[in-house]
This record gives sequence, structure tokens and C-alpha cells, in this order.
Amino acid sequence: MNAAQHHTLSVLVENKAGVLARVAGLFARRGFNIYSLAVAPTEDERFSRITVVVDVESAPLEQVRKQLFKLINVIEIQELAPGDSIERELLMATVRAEGAQRSQVIELTAVFGGKVLDVGHDELLVSLEDVPERVDDFEDLLRPFGIVNLQRTGRIALPKLRKVPPVRSARAASS
Amino acid sequence: MDEITGGEALIRSLELEGVEVIFGLPGGAILPVYDPLLDSPIRHILVRHEQGAGHMAEGYAHVTGRPGVAMVTSGPGATNIVTPLCDAFMDSIPMVVITGQVPTKAIGSDAFQECDTTGITLSVTKHNFLVTSAEEIPWTIRAAFHIARTGRPGPVLVDVPKDVVDPKNPNSRMRWYWPDEVDLPGYKPTVQGHPRKIQEAAELISRSVRPVIYAGGGILKARASEALLELAELTGIPVVTTLMARGAFPDDHELALGMPGMHGNYTAVTAMQKCDLLIALGSRFDDRVTGNPATFARDAKVIHVDIDPAELGKVRTPDVPIVGDCRVVIEQLVEAIRKMGGRDCQPDRSEWMATIRDWQRRYPLRYEPSLPGEDLKPQFVIEQIRDHTPDDTIVSVGVGQHQMWASQYWRFRHPHTFVCSGGLGTMGFAIPAAIGAKVGRPDRMVWAIDGDGCFQMTAQELVTATCERIPIKVAVLNNAYLGMVRQWQELFYEERYSEVYLSPDIPDYVKWAEAMGCEAMRVETPEEVGPAIEKANEIDDRPVVVEFRVDTREKVYPMVPAGASNDDIILGPAISKGSEDHD
Repeated sequence: MNAAQHHTLSVLVENKAGVLARVAGLFARRGFNIYSLAVAPTEDERFSRITVVVDVESAPLEQVRKQLFKLINVIEIQELAPGDSIERELLMATVRAEGAQRSQVIELTAVFGGKVLDVGHDELLVSLEDVPERVDDFEDLLRPFGIVNLQRTGRIALPKLRKVPPVRSARAASS
Repeated sequence: MDEITGGEALIRSLELEGVEVIFGLPGGAILPVYDPLLDSPIRHILVRHEQGAGHMAEGYAHVTGRPGVAMVTSGPGATNIVTPLCDAFMDSIPMVVITGQVPTKAIGSDAFQECDTTGITLSVTKHNFLVTSAEEIPWTIRAAFHIARTGRPGPVLVDVPKDVVDPKNPNSRMRWYWPDEVDLPGYKPTVQGHPRKIQEAAELISRSVRPVIYAGGGILKARASEALLELAELTGIPVVTTLMARGAFPDDHELALGMPGMHGNYTAVTAMQKCDLLIALGSRFDDRVTGNPATFARDAKVIHVDIDPAELGKVRTPDVPIVGDCRVVIEQLVEAIRKMGGRDCQPDRSEWMATIRDWQRRYPLRYEPSLPGEDLKPQFVIEQIRDHTPDDTIVSVGVGQHQMWASQYWRFRHPHTFVCSGGLGTMGFAIPAAIGAKVGRPDRMVWAIDGDGCFQMTAQELVTATCERIPIKVAVLNNAYLGMVRQWQELFYEERYSEVYLSPDIPDYVKWAEAMGCEAMRVETPEEVGPAIEKANEIDDRPVVVEFRVDTREKVYPMVPAGASNDDIILGPAISKGSEDHD
């Protein structure tokens, strides 16, 4: 994916039926390919957060962003710059692992900090939760063993937290 | 608190929203709502096709500013109203459409007359709702009207499954309530313009020597005509009114330039091309106005006012973008300019106005009158209707040549007198829209100016008009062709007339109109035109159809071909000849 065209939007929506179709439809109507899409309810059950990654230039994206905001169920849209946010993705894969390969897959998974979730006669079910680029690397390295099943969640992201306390006025600090 | 059925709640909710009329057609899924309608003071107008119901609701909304309401059944009833929904969406018409749906348990089972109505209408509505329980009905109707009429107005659809309104079904039992307000956390339209932007705009205006106000349909939606007049007169800036804004500024005003765009007049088109400041108010830089956007108003700075932030920068990046309600923002602008000195702070624009006057003198709208024995000129017919009807007559149009001639040759003096399908360009709009307009403004004379192609699409709604005693007048400009398509084939396809001939005599429009209960006349000579219109004006107990046999070869000029630059406007033979006369 071209980094210059990579945009991550975090869209807070009302947790109502059909909202995802409305949001996805706005991208589809303009012929934009959604690279990754993740959606789940938030800490407040009335709302869900959609993290959508699109591969598009900024100008058309700005128009989509405005059109998205016109949707009655959309409450807030944030564009998350990669440097200013923490991104994660989860991968689960069933990998062929017969004989000597079995220990190699286990070792590779351990190196990446992943987990072996299930063990079969000649297959392993492994998972990795990490930044999308590391997940890409892991997937690439698993491929030579033979990936039987693969599922990735699509990325989720939240803004980075403030590292220094906010500057307060002297009066506010003293009171 | 009383316990009622969902159907009763729906009708009661509509009453509380102030609905006075519903345009609709019942069917199985919506029957439980039609039953309590019998006991309601709300008038129901039974249409002959659901598309008619939708356009009637639009016509009603155009002239009253209140949301038009249509109610139809599930499946084909719902799909038939998709065109009006899209039309209303494109033209920002407030409308609420209620559709019946199969019972909740049957949804998704391909039940009889089921379709995924909210799915189908997702992209042509401002918002839509699928009601899932009777309790949701009052809140949903309240929210639907709130969304339809606030912010950028638009159509809202409410899909109602049969079981939640059916008195025989326990799912329809509910305790009545009426919400004081609707909680829509994601919906907060901005009304006031940002003060800093207002000031920037006022300063830009006061420095511009060649400004033009580009007034769009948003002026009418925001009820901003008076504010617009005040701004124009305070600053002395000329005004173009787009197709959707015709009537927003009086055509007989000295600052009125008329319609710009593909079939706009030379002065309106060229003034926009040559201006140094474009003050876009509730207009969306539609391709029919801008021509090729790369060459549109090249030297102009742009102030763009719109209640919809997505319009700002969509086509042209504005120098001063202002999000807000057009009326409120114009009033803010007027105040800011007054504070700066009002008329006194405006620069000398006499040279600009002299240039404009010169264009107006040299390139007026013009057509060649017909010679004796020739077919009627459609422009002449429109001028005659205009001159034989009251000043505040409402005129609705279909789509095509007749629509453009009506916009060009009518003289609009009042807002909300032109009912037109602009964005979608829906053939067959005129007659049902005229019916809706007459229902909304029964005190006004309403003329539909239609083409023969358009007439054949929705003429059956004249049966509705007759039965409901809605006395509209219809002028059918019969040129035996799909005229605008023919014009394009003549100009751009080497006169290869593919599938545009309709026949002048089949159907027999007079007999057809009479069969639908209308008074009907056929007019073929210039002498008959005035008297026929006078006669039509006198008939007030049923609809009247006047068929005018008009010249097939007549074309709409000026014209900017699709995608061309507005600099390359084609004047047409009559205007070019007229300009030579002046030189």
C-alpha cells in the first residue's frame, strides 16, 4: 500500500442496524477500495467505532469525510495519522506443520511474540496481535510452510496519549 | 396513558407534525395505517401511480416549504417512489415517505411484495428508518420530520412492517407518548455563519469591482429571498438565479441577470465567466452551471455559503467558505457591510455594470417568430401563458426543451412560483408536481408546462386531479419528439435521429384528456393561443389540458455543450442575428 495514500479514519457511529452499510456505501459509491475495516461496540453501548483504512489521495478523501459526516448516525470522524496513533491488528492462521516444520512454526511464532492457539495432527493454529506491518511480516514468513486458513481482523487504532501534563494557569494551579 | 395501535400512533404523529395532506396509494402491507386515516382530519389524495404521489409531495413542498408526505405500500409501491425520492434528494426537497413493509418475522424471507426498501433507498434519502416496534413510531415520525426540514432539507423514508401497525397483532399495542424533542447525537446542522468568515466575506465584497451573486436553490429552501434582495440592493451587485433559484430574485429587477448555465442567457453566463468575485449562495457549482469547471470563472475569488459543509470545496475551492443557513448568513453579511459603511464602502462598479448592460442589449434571449401558416413557436406559447396569467401564478415543468424555455421566457417576480426537477431531470415531473402545488396553494393559479414526451409518462395523474377536484392547467407543447434529445442528435450526432420521434397525433391528447375528465383544447395558430389560455384560466372546477402544436425544429439557445467551457457559448441563429442588428 502506498503510504502517501494511506489514511486511517476512526468513525464513531450510533450502534444501529444498517450503519455499517451506510458508511461502506459512501466509499463504494466513489469506487474507493476499503483496505481494511474493523467495527465493534465501544465502552458506551449506544455507540460503535469503525476503523477504516482507505488507499486514496487526500482531496477525494476529504469529500468522503464530509459526506460521511452528513450521515445522521455518524457522530465523530477522526483521521489518525500513523505517527500520532497506536495501531493494532490481530491475525489467526492455520499453518501446515508436519514433522520438523512443527518446531519451526512454533519458534517463529515465539520470536514474533505470537501464540499457538491449537495443535492438530499436522497443523498449528497460531495468532499474532501487533502493529499491521509486523503482522504482514509474520504472514510472509508463515507462507512457505503452507497457510491453510487465514483471518485478519483489519486494523484498529486510537490516538496516542499525552505524555506531559497540560500547562495550567498559575491561578488554576494554586486553587 | 392510553394504549393504542401502532397504526393509530402513526396517524396521530402525522397530525401532531401538522400534516394536512397525504398523497398515496394503499396496499396490503400499509392497510392497517389506512384504516385509522378514515377517522383523521388529514386529507388523503389517492394517486394512480406511486411516482405521482412522490412528485405531488415534492410539488407541495416546493410551494409551501413544509415537508410533503407520501404513503405507499411495500414492494412495488416502495420501488415506484424511488424516483421521486432521488429527485427530492438531488434538489433538497423536504419530504417524508411512509412505506408499508411485510411483517417483521417475514422480513428477509422474500415474502409477497417484500423488498429491501431501506437498502434500496439508502443512497437517495437524507436518512431512512426501519421501524421494528410500535413504540418506535412516534419518535421515528418526529425524527423523520425534524431531519427532513432542518439543515439541508431532503427526503426521509420510514419503512413500517405490517405487524407493528396491525390492530389484530399484539406487536402493535403500545402506550401513546409524544417526544418533546428528538435526540440525534450525530445531527447538529450549523445555522450561524462564523463571524470571522463573515467579516472576511464582507471585506472581499467591498474590494471587488466585478462581483456577481450566484444564487442557487438554497436561497428558496432557506426562505432567504428578502435577505438576498437586501444584500443585492445594499451592495448594487447583480444576481444570477440558477434553474433551482428561479423566482428567488425578481426578474424585473435592474440587478437581475436571469439564469446561468448550459441554457442560460449570454449575460448571466458571461458575467460569471468575467467576474472577479463570485458570491455563491446556496448553490452547488453543478456541472450544468459551470460547464468545464477548469475554465469556469477563472479570475474570480469565491465566497461560498452553504448549510451543507460537503458542498464547500466539492467542485471549486472557495476563498471564503461559510457554513450556515443562507438567510441567517446573508443577514449577517448585510449587517457586517452596513457596519463598514454600507453602500459607501462599495467601490465604483459603473464600468462593470455598463459592460453588463451592453451584453444585455446586444445578446437578449430571442427567437424568430413563426411566419403565417407555420407551426407555433414554443417560446411564443410560453410568453402568452405568462402574459395571460396573474403575476403570482405557479408554473411547474417537466424536463427537456419546454423546461428550459419556461425558465428563460417566464418572468419570475415571486419566490416559490417555479416548480422544477433540476438535479435529477425527471421527465413526467410537471403534472403531479402541479397537482401537489395546487393542493399546497389552492389560492394560486397553477400551470403545468409540459412536453409531449413528459406528458405521456405521468398523464394518468390527471385522473387524480379530476376526481379530487384539483383544477390545474396543463399546456402540452407537442412537437412530436423527445425534443431535447432530438436537439442533441441534430447538433452532436449529425442529425441521426435515433428513437426520438413520438408522432404528433398518437395519442390524441384532446380525447385522452377528455377521457380523464379534463376540459381539453387543441391550438394550432398564433391567434388561438391567447383565447385558449383565457378560456383555460376561467375553468376552475376541473383540470384543463391545452395541446399546442409547436415547431419541431425549434431549439433551445443559447447553449453550452456538455463538458465545454462557458466561454464557448453557442448563441444560436436568432440571438446572433439580433446582436448583428445592434452592431
